[in-house]
This record gives sequence, structure tokens and C-alpha cells, in this order.
Amino acid sequence: MSSKPIVEARGIHKHFGAVHVLKGVDLRVAERELVFIIGPSGSGKSTLLRCLNRLEAPSSGSVVVDGIDMLDPKTDINHARQRIGMVFQSFNLYPHMTALGNVTLALRKVAGKSRTEAEAIGRAALDRVGLADRAEHTPGQLSGGQQQRVAIARAIALEPRVMLFDEPTSALDPELVGSVLEVMRSLRESGMTMVVVSHEMGFARAAADRVVFMDHGQIVEQGAPAEIFEAPKEERTRAFIGQIQRH
Amino acid sequence: MTNWERFLDTFFNGKVLARYWPDIAYGALITIELALLVVVTGIGAGLALALLRSVGIRPVNWAIVFVVDLFRALPPLVIIVLIYFGLPSIDVSPSGFVSTWLALAFVLMAFSEEIFWAGITAVAKGQWEAARSTGLTFGQTLINVVLPQAIRLTIPPLTNRTIAITKGTALGSVVAVTEILGQASSAVSNSYNPSPLMLGAAAYIIMFLPVVVLGRWVETRFAWKR
Ligand SMILES: Nc1ncnc2c1ncn2[C@@H]1O[C@H](COP(=O)(O)OP(=O)(O)O)[C@@H](O)[C@H]1O
Ligand SMILES: [Mg+2]
Repeated sequence: MSSKPIVEARGIHKHFGAVHVLKGVDLRVAERELVFIIGPSGSGKSTLLRCLNRLEAPSSGSVVVDGIDMLDPKTDINHARQRIGMVFQSFNLYPHMTALGNVTLALRKVAGKSRTEAEAIGRAALDRVGLADRAEHTPGQLSGGQQQRVAIARAIALEPRVMLFDEPTSALDPELVGSVLEVMRSLRESGMTMVVVSHEMGFARAAADRVVFMDHGQIVEQGAPAEIFEAPKEERTRAFIGQIQRH
Repeated sequence: MTNWERFLDTFFNGKVLARYWPDIAYGALITIELALLVVVTGIGAGLALALLRSVGIRPVNWAIVFVVDLFRALPPLVIIVLIYFGLPSIDVSPSGFVSTWLALAFVLMAFSEEIFWAGITAVAKGQWEAARSTGLTFGQTLINVVLPQAIRLTIPPLTNRTIAITKGTALGSVVAVTEILGQASSAVSNSYNPSPLMLGAAAYIIMFLPVVVLGRWVETRFAWKR
């Protein structure tokens, strides 16, 4: 990896009480790179993502994002989080606000934009996800795919340096998955650095620079998509890929 | 006199009604004043406690839960009497009006804290995570994202509880507050006729029926839509 890393996580351990969920994970993500994380349910993929923006505090290890030490108590975490967009499986849109309200809230409260500025930025972000005409709709009036695209707009409006996606299409009806992947692909083409946890192998093949396979809180194997999908070295990876491809 | 005439003469005696309605009207004013004070301070304090509780400082939360449970367990009349007759022993002598106000406000505070707290905890965890991940602070998330959703869940039970507790203003008659029931009772003893009680009942209906109807409307209006 030649270019400088945007995300550099080292030796991440995470315990939930007696449960050891992450057992020394190292993850380096270079600028403009798309890293795709796969692994069985419960292997710690979500926990790893959540450690990157400190939604979850690692028990030990270090996380540096865009040069900011995320675990330093002196770091202004709310300021740092603006640089790390996150998209959740369950969208988590604010149901009492319009699409535009969802997108502009942090612009106004965190980035300190005026309402007019925030709305201009917000509308541009909604336009990027193809929902300019849905700005005044509330989440309840949108399909799942549209809701997830609003959630992506909410994150990219803050101009993050990296975007984290935690199973962004897993809650969607199959016919709505494509529209969300399309937005992710265009985001990728715009040069966004991305870490994506997902089971969308087709997307991984087409868009990922690197695939990381996790199991039991550890990175078992990583490499180019073709390597991991076609010629995995580890037995556990092979078993998992086989299982996924049967679906 | 037929039975019917005797009934009217006893409960709807024209002379007595004419003589005492201004007293009852004055009582209604006191009741309204008391009720508004109770509602504003009780709900305000309940909301403040619920917000404080959501910060999650253990000893503070234990204290809140203790106070809330205490005021939910005690009958309001007992609290009124404790304040009115008990506080003078430490050289504070609140009037009957103030005693009733404080007692009912504490009770409403306790119940509304529980209702607000239930509303806050009912908001999905993902809402917090989404908001915090965009850099909003705990307080900004609470105020802009969680509370508006919590309050929608809160309005129906809060309306019902508020109506129930404000009706307790009638308990003020025990400590000589000249609210509706107090005025009606003294009118009854002065006139040797129960008609003023009918006036009192009418005053309560005029005051509370619209509130109950409003509560019903609010309940359907704010039913959770997604
Ligand atoms: N907040 C939590 N408290 C306790 N255990 C948790 C918590 N979050 C996750 N876990 C546990 O950590 C393990 C990994 O979870 P997760 O990171 O969600 O896995 P994945 O996303 O790969 O399915 C699971 O066993 C899960 O039960
Ligand atoms: Mg997960």
C-alpha cells in the first residue's frame, strides 16, 4: 500500500463483559481504497466498524483516522466523527423529519452552517443519491431503498474522508438493493474511501480493491477479490465463500 | 309538594343557586389558577428529571428513582397534609394553596418523569447511533432527535395522568383552599341546602370536559405514524 492510510487501526481488542469479540484486529485503509469485509454473523464486523468512529470504545489498541487519534481523550470526538460517515443496516433516519431535515441536521448543529447554506448542501447531497425530488418527504413516505439513499446523503453531506457501511442492503427487498449499490458505486467512482460490510459479492467483485475475511473476532485472510473468492488460502474462508455462493 | 318538586327544591334550589353562584365562580378561578400552576411546574420538573436521568449518572439516577417512587406511592392528600401541617414544625408555614400546589406538582412531576423516561427509552438505539455518528453531541441528539420522538409517544399517557392529577385540586378544600369544592361546601353549610354542590359539579364539568375531549383528540392526533 503506497498512498497514506486514511484509517489505521492496530491491535484492536474489544470485550463485552466476559465476551472477547475482537481479538487483535489490524486494519489499514488507504486513501480512495474500497475495503470489503465479509464473515459469518457474530464474527465482529459491526463491532470493528463501530470501533473506527468510537461508537464503541475498543478495550485496547489504537485507531487513527485521517491523522486524528480517535481514542485520545483530548480528541474532540464529535468534530472527528464528521469526517467518518456511517450507514446502518436499519437506515436509522429520523422519522419526525423530512429527508432534507435528516440531511441538514448535522450540517447546522455540527458543521455550523446557516439554514440556507445547509439546505443548499443538503439538496445537492440528495441530488447525488437521486432523490432531489423527495426532499420534503418523511422517511415513512419513502421506500426502504430510498430511505437508505437518504441515509447515505446524510453522511456524505458532511464531506467525510471515509464512509463506513454496515450491511447497507441487508434490510432491503431484493428489487431495491440495486439502487443503493448504484449510489455506492458512484460514490466509489468519485474517489470516496470506503469500508463496506456486506454479503453483496457481485458488488465486491466489481468495486472492491481488497476483501477482508473475518471470523471469531480476527482477520483470517485478506486480498484482492479474485484471490479471496476464487482461490482462498484458508479452509475457513473457503467454507464461508462456498456457503455464501450457494445462496 | 310532589317528590319531584322536593327533589328540585333540595338540589336545584333557585334562591340558593342565585345567592351562591358568585362564590362558586370565584372558586373556579382559584381551581384554574391552581391547576395551571400544577401542570406547568409538575410537567416541567418531570421533564427536567427525565432529561437528567438520561445523562446516566448512577447515584443521581438512584435519587431520581427514589423520589419518583415515593411520590407515586403516597396518596396526594397525605402529601398535602404533610406539607400543610408538617412544615410549620420546622418554621415554614405554607398556605393551603401553596401546600396543595406543591403536593400535586410533586405527584405530577413523579408520574410525568416516568412517562417521559419511558418515552426516551422507547426511542430506538439506532437513532442515537445515527445522530452521534454525524458528530452531534449527547445533548444535541437528546433535544433534536430523541425528545421529539419521545414526546409523541408521551402525549396520550401524559394527558390522561395530567387530567387525573389536576382534578386533585379539590383536595385543597381540606386545607381551606377556596377552590370550587371548598366554596361549595361552605355554601352548603351556610345555606343548609346541597344545591351549591350541584353548582360545583357543573363548574368541574364545564372546566374538565373540554380538557378530556381535547385529550381524546390529542391521543388520536399524535398516535404514532411511521
Ligand atoms: N453491545 C453489545 N453487548 C454485548 N455483546 C455484543 C454487543 N455488540 C455485539 N456483541 C456481540 O459481539 C459479537 C460480534 O457482534 P457483531 O460485531 O455485531 O458481529 P457481526 O456484525 O459480524 O455479525 C456477537 O457475539 C455479539 O453478540
Ligand atoms: Mg453486523
